[in-house]
Amino acid sequence: MHSHAPAPTEEEIRGVVAPLASLEGPLLPMLHALQDTWGFVPQVAVPVLADILNLGRAEVHGVISFYHDFRAHPAGRHVLKICRAEACQSMGANALAESTLQKLGIGWHGTTPNGAVTVEPVYCLGMCACAPAAMVDGRVVGRVDDARMDRILAEVGA
Amino acid sequence: MRIFVPLDSAARALGADDVADALAREAKARSLDIHIIRNGTRGMVWLEPLVEIDTPQGRIGYGNVTPDQVPALLDGKLNGLGRVEDIDWFARQTRLTFARCGLIDPLDLDDYQAHGGLVGLRRALTMTKAQIVQEVIDSGLRGRGGAGFPTGIKWKTVAEAEASQKYIVCNADEGDSGTFADRMIIEGDPFQLIEGMVIAGLGVGATRGYVYLRSEYPDAISILTQAVQISRQRGLLGADVLGSGRAFDMEVRTGAGAYVCGEETSLLNSLEGKRGTVRAKPPLPALQGFLGQPTVVNNVISLTTIPVIFERGAQHYADFGLGRSRGTVTLQIAGNVKRGGLFETAFGLTLGEVVNDIGGGTASGRPVKAVQVGGPLGAYMHIDQFHTPMGYEEFDQNGGLIGHAGVVVFDDSVDMLKMARFAMEFCAVESCGKCTPCRIGAVRGVETIDRIAQGDPAAIPLLTDLCETMKDGSLCALGGFTPFPVMSALRNFPDDFATFREAAE
Repeated sequence: MHSHAPAPTEEEIRGVVAPLASLEGPLLPMLHALQDTWGFVPQVAVPVLADILNLGRAEVHGVISFYHDFRAHPAGRHVLKICRAEACQSMGANALAESTLQKLGIGWHGTTPNGAVTVEPVYCLGMCACAPAAMVDGRVVGRVDDARMDRILAEVGA
Repeated sequence: MRIFVPLDSAARALGADDVADALAREAKARSLDIHIIRNGTRGMVWLEPLVEIDTPQGRIGYGNVTPDQVPALLDGKLNGLGRVEDIDWFARQTRLTFARCGLIDPLDLDDYQAHGGLVGLRRALTMTKAQIVQEVIDSGLRGRGGAGFPTGIKWKTVAEAEASQKYIVCNADEGDSGTFADRMIIEGDPFQLIEGMVIAGLGVGATRGYVYLRSEYPDAISILTQAVQISRQRGLLGADVLGSGRAFDMEVRTGAGAYVCGEETSLLNSLEGKRGTVRAKPPLPALQGFLGQPTVVNNVISLTTIPVIFERGAQHYADFGLGRSRGTVTLQIAGNVKRGGLFETAFGLTLGEVVNDIGGGTASGRPVKAVQVGGPLGAYMHIDQFHTPMGYEEFDQNGGLIGHAGVVVFDDSVDMLKMARFAMEFCAVESCGKCTPCRIGAVRGVETIDRIAQGDPAAIPLLTDLCETMKDGSLCALGGFTPFPVMSALRNFPDDFATFREAAE
């Protein structure tokens, strides 16, 4: 999606986050805005956020690193999340995840060498009555079997 | 001709968008005048995509529709299920909170009002703060997020606190596996949540609200955000709620993938822009919550039930239920089950009825081995415990918990030692790190279960002891309740842990 975007400048970062400064508890909305814009939270954003919010850099870093969603580096062009939670496990999610990772030759959080797809674990997509489930760039797929997964992988060019 | 195709993300995950596209294309090719309405789901996920055609006889349902069945559907040649309300699985429910879900266009405020929407709020606007809080107390509603704390008592504490600003925070961080009721009602009837939050604001004297909605639910975020905008335009939210002169406004905030933020104090820290670590209680969030101000933190289902209580009266709601579990429970039947979905019913059905009778047993056709009730922190129940009635105290007495009422079925291929290990692994991944029993205990728990797997019998008492420490010493339910799945697996399925015998043989 954003993997080849150049690193943003301080001014660009301010442009994205400054309009959110008047919110109550603005840091998470700011981090989401940064990631929505560049596909990850650029390291250069840390001092800018610290300055705007009157926080220490370490505090900002601590918040970013606490949450699974925020990336320090760009992901592949597509992100495939495979649910690992119990309801999906009851319908064979572990085997599905294993065979998918094996086909792609990567591990969890890995990106295929062609940069097409990053695979991440997710704990519950709320598809527990049509498990196992996966999500491709925000689109949810239910009752995923090997055939359906192959179609997904073909779509994302993996 | 009005045709309903659900926009619920479970229906979309099973191909509802393709069906809607095929319908539009086919109708255009035939010059048919059809109106496709994207409704919420009726909760029968096992029938999705469930297409409904409006006829003089009522809304006729067609289950598991695929795009290539669309021509037959329009020809009237596809076998239907009859009126949706008459489908046994649906007809047996008592739908109070989910009465409109699946019936209406979720973003049509007029449709919402035509089906009883805003009646509760209009009534609440004629009541005093004390009367509103008393109505909730009288309904017997208990927090549907999992803890089961009486909602009215929480409201009373906030109402009686003195502060310049109070808040209503809706916990929509529905991270528990096996649960999807919050997602379903937000996608299918978002105005009901907004109405419930406004009533809560009136009752406790709060003028601002937040919905903390998990990032794994992009469709729900989009629908609720649109519903909030519509509500502002139509005067349901803002400085003058429905012309009453009372103010209430709210925002939707997106979580960032931390399971622990479903715990109310972690959620508040996250909402404030901090690490989602747990806060020690006291002080209670009701007195010092968001930004240190008195705050009601309620689950989505608790808040969406509020308009029902005010529309129909506290007594009507309290008349349903069992013992101290009043009203309805929104069961989410999931996992390896034939007929999964959301089933709203009065408290009191037994677990066995839920799994076998309503759920129809496993999807795989193999025997049921274990049922996890209440999410990743709930106990694994054995079929010998199928007589347990669905009720807070009744589950507690049988070593389990109802939690958010998710029911995940496993067939006999499941290895309970692996599930116990997963519970510890999950706790280790998701621990906020604030307290030692959870942060370190979960890691040691994985190691100890690995020792059991390798045939070390001395590790079993160690695991039991560790679970006691986590239970007694953790600050919140993540570390404190992880022992539920672990110990219930060990207690109820000892054969899966009897590796030392195999190793010796």
